[in-house]
Amino acid sequence: MQIRPILAALRRHRLATLLIAMEIALACAVLCNACFLVVQRWKLIQTQSGVDENSLAVLTVNGFEPTQAADVNARMLVGLRAIPGMQAVTLINQVPFGPQAGAAGISRDADSFKNTIGVVDFVLAEPGTFQVLGLKLVEGRMPQADDYRPATNFAPMDAQVLVSRALAEHAWPGESPIGKEFWCDKLHFRVMGVVDHFARAHPREWGAQAAEWTVFTPTLPGGSLAGTYLLRASPADLPRVLRTARDAVAKIAPDVVLDQENSQTITDLRTDYFKSDRIMIDLLIGVIVTMLGVTALGIVGLASFWVQQRRRQIGVRRALGATRGDILRYFQTENFLIVTGGILLGMVLAFALNLALMTHYELPRLPFYYLPIGALVLWGLGQLAVLGPALRAAAVPPVVATRSV
Amino acid sequence: MFAYYLDLALRSLKRNKVLTALMVLAIAVGIGASMTTLTVVHLLSGDPIPGKSGVLFFPQVDPENPARADHTEPYPAMDYRSATDLWNAHRADRQALVTSSPVKVRAPGTGRPPLILSMLSTTTDFFPMFEVPFQYGAGWSAQDDANRARVAVISADLNAKLFGGANSVGRSLRVRDTDVRIVGVLKPWRPTPLFYDPWSQNFSKTEDVFVPFTSSMEINEGNFQAYTCWHVPDDTHHLQNSDCVWVWLWAELDSPAKASSYARFVADYAEQQKAMGRFAIGKEHVRVRDVMTMLTARGMVPDDVRLQAWLASAFLAICLFNAVGLLLAKFLRRSGEIGVRRALGASRRAIFSQCLVEAGVIGLLGGFFGWLLTLIGLWLVRQQPVDYAHLAHVDTAMFLTTFVTAVATSLLAGLIPALRASRVVPAWQLKAL
Repeated sequence: MQIRPILAALRRHRLATLLIAMEIALACAVLCNACFLVVQRWKLIQTQSGVDENSLAVLTVNGFEPTQAADVNARMLVGLRAIPGMQAVTLINQVPFGPQAGAAGISRDADSFKNTIGVVDFVLAEPGTFQVLGLKLVEGRMPQADDYRPATNFAPMDAQVLVSRALAEHAWPGESPIGKEFWCDKLHFRVMGVVDHFARAHPREWGAQAAEWTVFTPTLPGGSLAGTYLLRASPADLPRVLRTARDAVAKIAPDVVLDQENSQTITDLRTDYFKSDRIMIDLLIGVIVTMLGVTALGIVGLASFWVQQRRRQIGVRRALGATRGDILRYFQTENFLIVTGGILLGMVLAFALNLALMTHYELPRLPFYYLPIGALVLWGLGQLAVLGPALRAAAVPPVVATRSV
Repeated sequence: MFAYYLDLALRSLKRNKVLTALMVLAIAVGIGASMTTLTVVHLLSGDPIPGKSGVLFFPQVDPENPARADHTEPYPAMDYRSATDLWNAHRADRQALVTSSPVKVRAPGTGRPPLILSMLSTTTDFFPMFEVPFQYGAGWSAQDDANRARVAVISADLNAKLFGGANSVGRSLRVRDTDVRIVGVLKPWRPTPLFYDPWSQNFSKTEDVFVPFTSSMEINEGNFQAYTCWHVPDDTHHLQNSDCVWVWLWAELDSPAKASSYARFVADYAEQQKAMGRFAIGKEHVRVRDVMTMLTARGMVPDDVRLQAWLASAFLAICLFNAVGLLLAKFLRRSGEIGVRRALGASRRAIFSQCLVEAGVIGLLGGFFGWLLTLIGLWLVRQQPVDYAHLAHVDTAMFLTTFVTAVATSLLAGLIPALRASRVVPAWQLKAL
């Protein structure tokens, strides 16, 4: 196929060619970035919590005085454990995707604002909670009975804790975190173990790197550890068990108030937490599909015009011996050239758009492999769109050459 | 002449219905998408208290000591001492101390189970300052503030829930363990965004119970929550002497002169505290912003919404390129016809107007359908579980903007093709016939 005559013909339609190429360039830029955004959001939704989500639920009550905490805890634990199908009930202060209870900045130095590690979530938990959560220990040891300390402040004053692998790698890169110390103002902590994954309460708000900066803090009930209960049941039983538990609160502790919104299965909390991301994904996919549709229609429209306009020339070419295949390939090549031009410009635009998004939305850099994928999609789209008009062109009989338009 | 051009345009559009439909659809979809998102952005960045937003100021100081190196802006709240010091100076025309906390509320005699509600602690000026509308009764007095009176104002929502919407002034409410007398009931009031509370979700509801600041310190002691602390308090829940920020202040200053003298006063206070060694940073971290400046600094429009607006604009651009390309091809295909008209004496201007009328008709149709799509788009936004969903509706300004944008963009899109068509050289075209 000779390209030269096609280029010569396109030069006669400079403006139209330029417009369609611009449209494809913009489409390429939006396509690459929108796909990238979809993938980013998808990764967010897939955030690992590190706990047995399908078997866990949380139940929160409030509206009691600190002096009543011990009594409320005792009544709630006994009452909830009596529910048929309930496998375990333990105290915890927060769960992944629920309300955040205790986030605080920590540092490697005592009493210092220097050498800071970052802001982490302190998860306070009574004996047994580690197993109920289903956390996976990868290094160090599990908490023993005498590791559990009372939390007179928002956390125990001096405690042995477990950290997530992500936090360990951030705070002590390349070293074993076991035995390492850290401080939060006057509170002192020592690492005794590392868990594989453990998401903080609001992972997406802290960014991908800090999504699992969590400290599992063995704590005795009372003080800051009251009113939030972790429930475990078999996945099939869980919705019923949670419903029964919510209804039972009025009988177990008539003076407290059930927090309806935050007494949910972890799965429901997760769905709720990532709702806006799911909406955004739907929207982005909608934009991508409509945009590709509009672009395809533009190509169809323009190609149809050109086919109609060139009917006579096509007839002449056919009369001079060009086959239907030649005509078909002519329009396909023409489209390929225009789309290629658009894609080249589009790649530059895609990176420019990505740069703009990076400065405004803390987005990572667009990986290079998005460009060839975007190019392939647009080439495919162009070829599909031009096929109809091109077939119509190929069907023009040679006899047209002898007739005036 | 216009009627004739219109007739020609309609004939030409009818000749290829599918293509006309495609062009109209492309413009409509582009307009629909971009206007939906722009309407949402417009509504979300609206003035929550028009007429007064320029005289209400939000002073900020930075009590963090020692200050972190990466701490470049003061927190959107103050420690108790700074807030009360500034308040006690009475330098503003009106001023209000504000903080909010969760509290357990019961209505004796209604037989309803207790509720956990959000309570706003503030001072008497709050209500006139923010033009809070009352259904029954009124706010409390400065005397009540000073006397730590056990009084409360409740929201329309809570009044409906507890008392069926009846006049409940004079009835009593049990707030935690204290009985308070209801002195006022609000009309439905929902400033959007919720500007007076700097930590709230922008589009959340107002608090349900309003209690004098001094009284609430006693009633709900231990349940106040800090925005943040730079030293861990000895008792997490007793914040009055802690190194935590949790109280904020609003000042009404009627003239620019008063506003600048108030800003100086706050800066002097910060410098004085720095000299005393209580603050690490003095006037460099003093801000006295009015409502809109403060809201802009806080970032009112959610990132996702701004992202959607960007996407929709790019999408509109694609649709426009598409429309221009198609119109161009369409007009140039009629080069022969145009050549004949030119040869018969039509001026370039006449050809240009004729093409522009045709582009305008497509634009009007596209604008109309785009407007319908905007309505559908906003309806879809209202169905979403987002906190600003209730805001998504078309107001007159946006209705006009949508339509004008639609016609203007398509006229603009018609401009280049019409110009190109009017430059067709008649002689060549006649030869080709």
